[in-house]
Amino acid sequence: MPRIRVEVDGVTYEDDVEPRLLLVHYLRDRLGKVGTPIGCDTTNCGACTVLFDGMSVKSCSVLAVQADGRGITTVEGLGTDGTNHPMQRAFHEEHALQCGFCTPGMILASIDLLRENADPSEEEIREGLEGNLCRCTGYQNIVRAVRKAADEMRQPAQSEVAP
Amino acid sequence: MIPPTFDYIRPSSIEEAVSALSQAGEDAKVLAGGQSLMPLLRLRLAYPDALIDLDRVESLRQIRSENGDLFIGAMATHHQVVRDPLVLEHAPLIAKATATVADPAVRHRGTFGGSLAHADPAGDLPAVALALDAVFVVRSVRGDREIPAADFFVDWMTSAMEPDELLIGVRVPKLGPGWGAHYEKFHRTAQAWAIVGVACAVRRERGAIEDARVALTNMGPAPVRATEVERFIEGRSVSENSFRAASERAAEGTEPPGDLHGSPEYRTHLARVLTARALTAAAAV
Repeated sequence: MPRIRVEVDGVTYEDDVEPRLLLVHYLRDRLGKVGTPIGCDTTNCGACTVLFDGMSVKSCSVLAVQADGRGITTVEGLGTDGTNHPMQRAFHEEHALQCGFCTPGMILASIDLLRENADPSEEEIREGLEGNLCRCTGYQNIVRAVRKAADEMRQPAQSEVAP
Repeated sequence: MIPPTFDYIRPSSIEEAVSALSQAGEDAKVLAGGQSLMPLLRLRLAYPDALIDLDRVESLRQIRSENGDLFIGAMATHHQVVRDPLVLEHAPLIAKATATVADPAVRHRGTFGGSLAHADPAGDLPAVALALDAVFVVRSVRGDREIPAADFFVDWMTSAMEPDELLIGVRVPKLGPGWGAHYEKFHRTAQAWAIVGVACAVRRERGAIEDARVALTNMGPAPVRATEVERFIEGRSVSENSFRAASERAAEGTEPPGDLHGSPEYRTHLARVLTARALTAAAAV
């Protein structure tokens, strides 16, 4: 059984894994990172999106063994010291979730989108999130939240501005 | 769902990969980006004995100029292809079509060579490779072989590669000045698979179409060139009328499938409409 060494949300894990173990099952069943849900099983819905060396991937379509030597960020690794990431905050404030199932994937895909395009238009947000499905059809508020987070993340935080 | 069991082999060079493929036998599968293969494994539609994972064969990710052509390594990701300066300059049709493949997360892992070797009739890149007269470079322990795109796509999800052959990359003749290109497709909003797609490159000279390449996605078990459209439009003026007349011939010689996304008649209609749009966009150079 191959042994992998992988950093997940800032912590390094070493584990023996069966080659067929999916990354999403490793995260949920072995590491207890149940913040990453499993949606569709067909690489369609994006609910299981995580960042893989900083880039969004659907963790149901990657083997755990392929994460060997890589860094993974799940929704549980966002935010520091009990404070939310600006994207999480924007989703909260704009009511960008109803049932919440798509939310972890939406948030990580949105962070990835802003990494490439810090100031996306509404159209660019819709296209950038095309791999993430919300069956409550809450897209209006999701797009609004991403716009809000983009505005906020481009501003230096108040506390960081020199007096 | 959980994939079936398989042996996992992770070569770090092309030579190791080719040798592993030759030893693993017919029931091994090559794992490129996995964005088509992983769902097939999960749905238990594929039962390979072994997976040979190319993820760590970095030399397969190169995109470079080679003897006047563009060479795209089989493991170049869609994400990489869409942004590559050489692709944008010399094969914009590839960049345009690749940008329509699936979604950003899938494009981060999915690869150019993987999509082509998968030979899905609803995949976008096979028709593009066919329209550009690309050449597939494959390697096995028996040596290298080059397969023109016209011979590569044999049937539904079937390529001309032997089980022990590995796709190394694809050579794409560069399109010079005067060429315009466009990829037009029709698909459901929630899924990016083409119901029908049209890959088109035309060369304009003095207000006329001098050269035209048109290939169709999902109008048969394998991509096809719309040769009647090409023959009709070459030498004619760049005008709405000639594009419309040419596109009437788009479905000739095709065998469009019928499925829950559309009947053969509907696909025939789409092929005509999309061909007219693709010609118009490509000829606007």
